Amino acid sequence: MERRLLSGDEAVAAAALDAGVHLGTGYPGTPSTEILEAFDALGGRAQWAPNEKVALEVGLGAAYGGARCLVTMKHVGLNVAADPLFTAAYTGVQGGLVVVAADDPGMASSQNEQDSRRYAVAAGLPMLEPADSQEAYDLMLAAFELSERWQLPVLFRMTTRVCHGKSIVTRHATRAPAAVQPFQRDIPTRVMIPAYARPAHKKLRQKLAALQVFAEGSALNVWRPGDVLLGVIANGVTARHVREAAPEASLFEVKTIHPLPLAKLREFAASVERCVVIEEGDPVIADACLAAGLRVEGKPEAFRFGELDVDRVRRILARDTSPEPVAPRGKPPMLCEACPYHPVYASLRKHDCIVAGDIGCYTLGVLPPYLGMDTCVAMGASLGVGLGLRHVLPEADARRVVSLIGDSTFVHSGINGLVEMVYNPPATGHVLVVLDNGTTAMTGQQEHPGTGRTLDHEQTTRLSIEGIATALGVKNVDVVDPIADPGSFERLLVDRLGRNELSVIVSRRACILAAADIRTYDKANAAKALLVVDGAGPAQPAGCGGTCTSEEA
Amino acid sequence: MATRVVNVVVAGLGGQGAIKASDILADAAFRAGFDVKKAEIHGMSQRGGSVTSDVRYGTEVLSPMIPRGEADFLVVLAGSEVEVNRPNLRPGGVLIPPDAINEADLPNRRSLNVALLGVLAARLDLADEHWLAAIRAALPERLHEVNEKAYRLGKESVR
Ligand code: SF4
Repeated sequence: MERRLLSGDEAVAAAALDAGVHLGTGYPGTPSTEILEAFDALGGRAQWAPNEKVALEVGLGAAYGGARCLVTMKHVGLNVAADPLFTAAYTGVQGGLVVVAADDPGMASSQNEQDSRRYAVAAGLPMLEPADSQEAYDLMLAAFELSERWQLPVLFRMTTRVCHGKSIVTRHATRAPAAVQPFQRDIPTRVMIPAYARPAHKKLRQKLAALQVFAEGSALNVWRPGDVLLGVIANGVTARHVREAAPEASLFEVKTIHPLPLAKLREFAASVERCVVIEEGDPVIADACLAAGLRVEGKPEAFRFGELDVDRVRRILARDTSPEPVAPRGKPPMLCEACPYHPVYASLRKHDCIVAGDIGCYTLGVLPPYLGMDTCVAMGASLGVGLGLRHVLPEADARRVVSLIGDSTFVHSGINGLVEMVYNPPATGHVLVVLDNGTTAMTGQQEHPGTGRTLDHEQTTRLSIEGIATALGVKNVDVVDPIADPGSFERLLVDRLGRNELSVIVSRRACILAAADIRTYDKANAAKALLVVDGAGPAQPAGCGGTCTSEEA
Repeated sequence: MATRVVNVVVAGLGGQGAIKASDILADAAFRAGFDVKKAEIHGMSQRGGSVTSDVRYGTEVLSPMIPRGEADFLVVLAGSEVEVNRPNLRPGGVLIPPDAINEADLPNRRSLNVALLGVLAARLDLADEHWLAAIRAALPERLHEVNEKAYRLGKESVR
């Protein structure tokens, strides 16, 4: 048995490999990003999708085809994938489909601290949640079995501390990916016109009722008998905090987050004098218990915010709602000193632009000295928000509005906003600045369709941002290098703000942290391409898409 | 073997190698046969913000996070981060600040993280072989020599 110190993300990747997963796909998002990277490093087939919705759809297709597929994202990504998710619960799957949603209580690097457990209830999907790396491994294997047994996608909730925490993992299974059988047509199950969707919803509820029975008897949940005076119901890493804060207490560790084993929980609650539900985030379990008439107490509202830890668990148990000590604030992250975004922010500030911003490294431009962002809502929202401002502000102000988005985010969901921009252009036109640094810098330099390299940095077709803008009908499309020609961006910006037309300015310069790696990948890919030409491969016509990097040249 | 859980907080600024140092410590404890848990927040750590990582080892570790005020050791890689992190330390806990090492003595300034681990190692019950194996496993080969030197320098500075 191989025993190793692994992060929760690495443990999930190892489980995916050992479960014989055919395909892993997702969109990078802290704290989920490392799952697919580790899966790739272990030899699994992993790829980045342009966004979470597409990732889920690809995973769903693979699972319709009978394969095992892992889809990863952070909690806010689940919002993007929610549309197909709810219907996937009706269609079910043929193979195994597990969707990881990594929550970020405390918002170490997120815009909100939504609780993905709500999605399991809303979509009607089974959900499991591990407490540490070993459980991440074990429950991931269980999740694939559940998915195949019930022919349903399974949600897998993790939190920052489980994803990025490290603990010892023993791997115990190995299963090579099974050969995928020829496609089986099943139209009434997979085509959700209302006539087929109505019975599908009934079928889903029947499956959930059966899953409820399964959860009640499931050995995945752990009942640790202890003190009869105090019992605690907890999930995820919180259960570990509880064991440390109150080692004597009876503890029920819930792993089957949905459906909840309510009969078992009732039995547990009845076995102790006082029963407290301690969960990070929303009172999902507490509410379900109370609604079922269980004699439990939830946590005070103050503990709905942020992460829990041993101290906070002690406080909850002591019903202590006195103000908590405020942790001294460390140094916030900042744009790197030589970041190519600096001249862009300097120009925007100099011309007093109203900036509809987006999610990425460049969000850091909101901090002093630039205070360079007026709004930042969700991936891809900068376009829509900027357009809305342009539509209603007095002309002088409308003319100052700029939408600012990064390359990866543009591909993720900014493209949709660009379609809206050309479809319903404001009277003053609009200016979109795409900060193309050639990578997904924020999450640790992942590839995306605009870099022209796949997850493992192999060459693929490069999506052209300026080409898309032109094809969609934007009048003015320019590409500038803000470092090589510092004045050019500013001149262009001023000119474009003065027109009543639509403009896209692509500010292209590699992230300084990624630049060296990008050069290495490109060199390696160019060498490989040459090998194909010189070696056994057929002769290539000049300028062919397969072997040259003419786009970059 | 210690049965009590040993709690070490490693802190610094993004890019200084605080997380790498905590990885090495966790691995050394794992190699020594302990149960180990490690937790950190690293989202935007590359952009120079504060980074802290908790490492806990012993016969059984439950929560991956060190309760506030219960760290036995606090290893800090940046002077500016000392005060921010001091509340993590338990009364009587040991602070290992960046100037525990004379930077001029380092074979390479980037190995400050490993040198401070050497200082820590002088006070922990983990054998050198585990530390050295962990250092080698965590770093590319061309950096082995420099970092082994830094580790020894740190360890020998404690007399
Ligand atoms: S990581 Fe790259 S994109 Fe992000 S601030 Fe640094 S240089 Fe800029």
